[in-house]
Amino acid sequence: MSDQPQKDELVIAGQSYGSRLLVGTGKYKDLQETGEAITASGAEIVTVAVRRTNIGQNPDEPNLLDVVSPDKYTILPNTAGCYSADDAVRTCRLARELLDGHDLVKLEVLGDQKTLYPNIVETLSAAETLVKDGFKVMVYTNDDPIVAKRLEEIGCVAVMPLGSLIGSGLGIVNPHNIRLIMEEAQVPIIVDAGVGTASDAAVAMEMGCAGVLMNTAIAAAQKPVLMASAMRKAVEAGREAYLAGRMPRRAYASASSPTSGLIN
Amino acid sequence: MQIQVNGEAFDASQCTSLSDLIDQLGLAGKRIAIELNMEIVPRSEHPTTALKAGDQVEVVHAIGGG
Repeated sequence: MSDQPQKDELVIAGQSYGSRLLVGTGKYKDLQETGEAITASGAEIVTVAVRRTNIGQNPDEPNLLDVVSPDKYTILPNTAGCYSADDAVRTCRLARELLDGHDLVKLEVLGDQKTLYPNIVETLSAAETLVKDGFKVMVYTNDDPIVAKRLEEIGCVAVMPLGSLIGSGLGIVNPHNIRLIMEEAQVPIIVDAGVGTASDAAVAMEMGCAGVLMNTAIAAAQKPVLMASAMRKAVEAGREAYLAGRMPRRAYASASSPTSGLIN
Repeated sequence: MQIQVNGEAFDASQCTSLSDLIDQLGLAGKRIAIELNMEIVPRSEHPTTALKAGDQVEVVHAIGGG
């Protein structure tokens, strides 16, 4: 196929990825389902959370990182559940120790439990500290173009505006703002949160987003492994449609078959 | 010797070093990270890090998340 791009990779902090779908590992039935869904998604970047180890639990209990091996995937530890810059920075430092110096992190500092909307003041503060401390920060933010640009200027390696609230499945509620963010961006813009089904992911990619990050849309589907496969195709289809360039919209019909040589 | 591990009281009388504590918790060789009194202790320093009464230890690992 001559139109096929030779190489269309997602580049984050100098690292190239073949897949533009990033997936989370939360809310699955068990680790087996987690592993199968991630495999079906084709994702190469996989988010994890950092939490206290249950003391006294069965020490033979399988560990998430045994299923999602750092040898095979780029592990993206998140700061989910952090409501202050200090907690988020502390979590990132623990994650770096946990992953033997791996410094790519997903920063999210939340505002309240009802909306899980990002607290931008704390997010900006945490981003500055983390970048100074040598972290490569992929940052969850709102869909404000001014804030997105500021996060890029601070040195974040990817800016990840929400499509809609985390876990809501409402899709991209403000595509105009995502477009404004992309117009000014020099770093990858990845829609993070809000995707509900495959068409939402395709819409994000058709708009020109560099990637899509999702968790609940796959994990909370009736058949998560099948949905993971659907998301892989949607992201690929959306990307190709973006690269292909869609036809202009018209108010009236335009015949597909020739209008000359009709038999009447 | 009483210390706190993940917010819970823990009798660490048998533990001289942080490595001893990790052994006693059954976490030797596991993918974990440790903070002692809010400071991260790199894995290489676990055997040489001594514990004292009242220490606050945090042990974390990776779990599913988005």
